[in-house]
Amino acid sequence: MRVDEKTLAEDIVRMSGTNVKKCMKCGKCSATCPSFEDMDVHPHSFVTMAEEGDVAGLLKSKSLWKCLSCFACVERCPRGVEPAHLIEAVRFFALSPQGLNKMKPDVVPIFLQNLEEKGAEVPQQLLTSAFRKYSK
Amino acid sequence: MQRIGVFVCWCGSNIAATVDVDAVAQAVKTEPGVAFSTNYQYMCSEGGQAIIRNAIAEHKLTGIVVCACSPRMHEATFRKTAATAGLNPYMVEIANIREQCSWIHKDREKATVKAIILSRAAVAKLNLDSPLTAGETPVTKRALVIGGGIAGIQTALDIADAGYEVDIVEKTPTIGGKMAMLDKTFPTLDCSACILTPKMVDAAAHEKITLYTYSEVEKVSGFVGNFTVDIRKRARSVDADRCTGCGDCMEKCPSKKSKSEFNQGLSNRSAIYIPFAQAIPNVPVIDREACIKFQTGKCGVCQKICSAKAVDYEQQDEIMTRRYGAIVAATGFKTINLGRFEEFQYAQSPDVITSLEFERLCNAAGPTKGKVMRLSNHETPKTVVFVQCVGSRSTVECGKTYCSKICCMYTAKHAMLLKEKYPETEVYVFYIDVRTPGKGFDEFYRRAAEEYGVRYVKGMVGKVAEENGRLRVQASDLIADKQLVIEADMVVLAAAIEPDPSARNLATLLTASMDTNDFFTEAHPKLRPVESPTAGVYLSGVCQGPKDIPDTVSQAGAAAAKVIGLLAKDKLVGNPCVAGCNEPLCNGCSACELVCPYGAITYEEKTVMDHGVREQRRVASVNEALCQGCGACTVTCPSGAMDLKGFTNLQIMAEVDAICR
Repeated sequence: MRVDEKTLAEDIVRMSGTNVKKCMKCGKCSATCPSFEDMDVHPHSFVTMAEEGDVAGLLKSKSLWKCLSCFACVERCPRGVEPAHLIEAVRFFALSPQGLNKMKPDVVPIFLQNLEEKGAEVPQQLLTSAFRKYSK
Repeated sequence: MQRIGVFVCWCGSNIAATVDVDAVAQAVKTEPGVAFSTNYQYMCSEGGQAIIRNAIAEHKLTGIVVCACSPRMHEATFRKTAATAGLNPYMVEIANIREQCSWIHKDREKATVKAIILSRAAVAKLNLDSPLTAGETPVTKRALVIGGGIAGIQTALDIADAGYEVDIVEKTPTIGGKMAMLDKTFPTLDCSACILTPKMVDAAAHEKITLYTYSEVEKVSGFVGNFTVDIRKRARSVDADRCTGCGDCMEKCPSKKSKSEFNQGLSNRSAIYIPFAQAIPNVPVIDREACIKFQTGKCGVCQKICSAKAVDYEQQDEIMTRRYGAIVAATGFKTINLGRFEEFQYAQSPDVITSLEFERLCNAAGPTKGKVMRLSNHETPKTVVFVQCVGSRSTVECGKTYCSKICCMYTAKHAMLLKEKYPETEVYVFYIDVRTPGKGFDEFYRRAAEEYGVRYVKGMVGKVAEENGRLRVQASDLIADKQLVIEADMVVLAAAIEPDPSARNLATLLTASMDTNDFFTEAHPKLRPVESPTAGVYLSGVCQGPKDIPDTVSQAGAAAAKVIGLLAKDKLVGNPCVAGCNEPLCNGCSACELVCPYGAITYEEKTVMDHGVREQRRVASVNEALCQGCGACTVTCPSGAMDLKGFTNLQIMAEVDAICR
């Protein structure tokens, strides 16, 4: 159903509005990330993987749903690469194949309920960000 | 009618790979005035120049067009060639078919057409050329060096040693600059003051050098060989001739709460002060903003106790007008403001400091007498984190896009000095890349890591936070793919450096160009690195780009050599391509006079013949010695009276016509 991975990677990068080539591998994104310990793929690696076109790796990484969208990496990146925007774009690609299954306002209370029961499974900031993005 | 020779250069493959040079040579054959055309592999080589010389003799050429690289590269070369063959050197036109054609195009067919058009335009212009003769101007045998740091001192010493008079203008009360603030210098770890202060003394004692400290350049006019400069000597409020430098005034001064500029604000100084013990001149200055006498009128302690009667509250700024043949910019640098890098807590925590502040803490003459201590509680730090590239190599607004070049080495130096003084200290250095390309530099950095056990971690610090009186440093270790959290006592930030803010205003005064970062631009990045594109203006030290001390001293000497080369000449051959006024057309409006950046245009009452009528009129007159041929007047003139020799309105229109044909 999909075009080849390389084109897909390029689409994701374009959609994110980031320029992964600007990355100078300083690691400030990973240094500043509050979710670092929960992630299997760390923000700086996310940028490298996108640069290499490893979409499969990005889509199956746990980090995709661990990013808080706090945008600390966007704020601190000295080269303006904006790793969080990249992660947001990959999330969109993970969600879009589910058709009209976009988040609606009425599902939010369920998420919040889960949040109380199971702890920080879905971070609140992620929810806000996703709601803002996908409910249109 | 001219007899024109056209010489098309291949420039190896630089031009020939994209432009069909033979087709260009053939195409221009039919242009009006062209008597000969050819092409050759390297027109600038001796062989190529011989072809030109022979063709001039054989075909009795009256002018030549060389289709080659930019005139900035070889126009002078080909003018000399023409002159040796007996042609007037201004009967040479260059068609730039390299930078403006072959280098920027890929399509050979289209590039060839463009090269033909550019060559045609040059031929059309040459048809209207007339021989020009350059005038001569005398050279004022005195140089001005602006900035009294190591760059300015070295340049001044080298020029003075060659026998020429030099003035140094320094805006702070002492010479010495940033180097005077440093503790040790890499890679030899010799004491900065020990190698700098003798040079400061040499400069002050040199019979050919005059120091103007606490002074600034206010106005510059004239041109290469003949600059006139206004220097404002700010009022020190102390008579330098009377002052003995005893220091009693500073001791007794009741206003002692001003931040010491020399100690980076880490200690206080009195309102009447010398910046540091070895300052030159050793004459205090009154900081009028901080002085109680100046602010309230009630004090005058320093004047009362001064046995030499040197304190003078009435002293005024003094403007001196001096003439120079050459000007050297040596305005240096400062570290960038770190207030906006909130993640490092620089503005919030006293234990987060810049490298220059660390330098003062290490220094035996510094605010802590060389004891490295936390500024919050005066304890010796047990764990110290150095962060590299703070603001350097950054494309965000508060950073600088370039590498500041000196930070890798001084951080290795700081780490070693710290380990030397306090071997038990845990020292971390967070780096993006360690750049140590100087002589003995990489060995120096490796010594820090291998012999001193400094922990170099590839990664950046993301966040510093104060926690329980210590600093929680969160950072990346990219090689281990880990996030490190270090409980540190002190964080030292290698702040990016930027040109001194005074450089921008100076560049305007000198009409010297700057890059987007406010570093002065050199005339050629490889072949003319110490000259500004503005004739007679030279560059020394960090004002041209980030440099360490060895590089600065080398460049300072190179700038001096260029100045000496200029001052050694008795006369300079001017540029004959100057403006002239066609008096019958001039309507006396003064527009050209107002726009001329060199003050070369004046108006005078003259008898003018206009269509057989003799009239008394006010018309423009150009001083050809002052005119630099910029052409601003020619485009301002509403009546078309102003014209530039060698670039007349007719010639430019002929070029345009040839291009549009």
